[in-house]
Amino acid sequence: MPGTVQSIERAAAVLRLLAQSARPLGVVEIANALSLPKGTAHGIIRTLHSVGFVAQDSRSGRYRIGSGLLRLHEPPLDHNELRACAMNWTDTLAARTGEAVRIGVLTAPLELTVVHHVFRPDDSVQVMEVGRVLPAHACALGKAVLAYHPDSPALLRDAALEPFTPRTVTSGRSLLGQLSTVRERGWAADVEEFTGGEAGIAVPIRDHGGAVVGAVGLAGAPQTVCDGGRNPRPRLAVHVMETARAITGELAIRRE
Amino acid sequence: MANSTYVVAIDQGTTSTRCILFDHAGRLVSVAQREHRQFFPRPGWVEHDATEIWRNVERVVPQAVNQARASTDQIAAIGIANQRETSVLWERRTGRPISNAITWQDTRTAGLVEQLSADGGSDRFRDRCGLPLMTYFSGPRIRWMLDRDPVLREQAEAGEVLFGTMETWLIWNMTGGPEGGLHVTDVTNASRTMLMDIHGLDWDQELLDAFGVPRAMLPEIRSNVEVFTSTTSVLPGVPIGAALGDQQAALFGQTCFSPGEAKCTYGTGAFLLLNTGPDLVNSSHGLLTTVGYKVGDRDPIYALEGSIAVTGSLVQWLRDRLGLISSAPEIETLALEVEDNGGCYIVPAFSGLFAPHWRSEARGLIIGLTSYITKGHLARAILEATAWQTREVVDAMNADSGLALKGLKVDGGMTSDHLLMQTVADVLDVPVERPMVSETVSLGAAYAAGLAVGFWPELRGLRRHWHRAARWLPEMEPVRREREYGNWQRAVERTYDWLQHEDDPGT
Repeated sequence: MPGTVQSIERAAAVLRLLAQSARPLGVVEIANALSLPKGTAHGIIRTLHSVGFVAQDSRSGRYRIGSGLLRLHEPPLDHNELRACAMNWTDTLAARTGEAVRIGVLTAPLELTVVHHVFRPDDSVQVMEVGRVLPAHACALGKAVLAYHPDSPALLRDAALEPFTPRTVTSGRSLLGQLSTVRERGWAADVEEFTGGEAGIAVPIRDHGGAVVGAVGLAGAPQTVCDGGRNPRPRLAVHVMETARAITGELAIRRE
Repeated sequence: MANSTYVVAIDQGTTSTRCILFDHAGRLVSVAQREHRQFFPRPGWVEHDATEIWRNVERVVPQAVNQARASTDQIAAIGIANQRETSVLWERRTGRPISNAITWQDTRTAGLVEQLSADGGSDRFRDRCGLPLMTYFSGPRIRWMLDRDPVLREQAEAGEVLFGTMETWLIWNMTGGPEGGLHVTDVTNASRTMLMDIHGLDWDQELLDAFGVPRAMLPEIRSNVEVFTSTTSVLPGVPIGAALGDQQAALFGQTCFSPGEAKCTYGTGAFLLLNTGPDLVNSSHGLLTTVGYKVGDRDPIYALEGSIAVTGSLVQWLRDRLGLISSAPEIETLALEVEDNGGCYIVPAFSGLFAPHWRSEARGLIIGLTSYITKGHLARAILEATAWQTREVVDAMNADSGLALKGLKVDGGMTSDHLLMQTVADVLDVPVERPMVSETVSLGAAYAAGLAVGFWPELRGLRRHWHRAARWLPEMEPVRREREYGNWQRAVERTYDWLQHEDDPGT
């Protein structure tokens, strides 16, 4: 077992000190209380401040426990709130790309539930898919979420995954390879891996703290979503990434 | 105009002020929003600080423009949509409001309305202004404010104190304020004062006399779509191309340009408007006759309106006053914890009952309580209250028009509530459709302003931007629908005649 990390121990001590103090503390007070060099204490406090675990009193300049730490206790993001925050931006994505847009969240280890659905803007008859459960390994939305899920390596390493079309990725190991590509380029895709005649591009949605809470993606015919070589068009991926960023911004405003 | 890329819409609503930029295809580009404080000084009183609202406009407009990385010369025009009937008086010389704005939900004029109704009934002005005597409208509010202070009345008669609904207040401030600010309103907002002749579209002397409102304090009435003037602040030099009441703006944004087309907007309250074309239709089933919109010099288009006072605000009440949820969308999560309402019904007659009942003396109730009821059932009952109120208004509209509604176009923030939209489809027994832009109030203001400056060439072309984003189909069994509707109606009847004395709390 590797040794403990000294700076994290010290950060924990700073937090414990601030939590127990009845009033905000200055850098020198914190350094003295923990027998730390002032510069070291300052570095730790600034770092904790930047992640929201410590707040600075604007008048006195002293420090106290930040709201970010209290939020660790918060329940996970409500799916309906996610939809409410996303609606304006998913509408714009559908209008820009001419494709249907969905938001999905992971509700079981390899199951993705659709929590929002905007129809393809061609006024054809389409069925509302909110509540539908999709296999996470076979769709872009699922891959976008799995790429950042801490359990994915253990879950997928030796898994045999259910095929839905001849193009479904059935080897967990191959899927893990795809997920690392997702992390590199920031978006996931599937081309007829769940449904014949449908391709999708999806991007993870992060909350204000950076945690992945779901994914937003578009889906449509391979002819429109992909180029001639059946590769998803990066131009569409850029639109989806912008949408995910806008939703993150909206989530941050809501949590203020 | 050649290089203009955006139209700015300002939606000055009941709980917040929003600025949204739209591009030429009618797509939303950026949004900035700020909530303002709600003051509840006494039961039944609801006020806003007009100065705070103006400051919010000064903040959100540059925010939205910056977010889109746009410059002022890329903005073709500004369109304004506003919460209607909310009234403010201010000093012409200083621009200072006399007091807080009195909002449309405020019921302090109940005594005055009763007094005015005693002489000729609550429909005594309906032929002239299209509206029944209710606390909802601005006219009684102006009278109430002037009655409290003889000096104020003198100043109003001298034109030193001005009246405005929110669009008037904003335009006056955007065009110089005390230094020559333009004092104007539009036909839709004016049609909600009870002071405008709905046929001639001008202030009506008999109505002014009946309410005791001096003409000198009133703004000039303009069309909805015309270049009012250019702004001197916020976005200096950009023309103001439109002003509309928010519900009429939503009708415009949904492109309901033909007679027979209707929309329902779900926000703080819910408002169903049916385009009746150039014909003014009088309701015999509790709907309002109102101006839909007027484009430049063309004839006005009229609408029938079913107004529901409390829908989204009931969810806010659950959040802010009871603390059962921490955000409005969570009501859906809570409601989904149970299968049905468990026999519980909530009638939110917080400001009396609006359409189609128009009962000022009614107050809200929760009925059917047993020890079985959980907060999940209450959440269900709250969402169902919005659906059943919609049903009542749709029934009235069908009865007035002699036609049966075949589908409902919806918009507004509450359309993100999937369970609610499904419930609306279930109780109406028709498909419910949401368009690609659910911010149709802002979109309508943008369309109207864009038309005024030629950013969009004509009305009909705007229809091409309308696309269906979602559709909910009815799933409820007819027997259950009828039983539930019967229960709802019995609950509504039990709210009648609650207030009996003028000094009851809640009067």
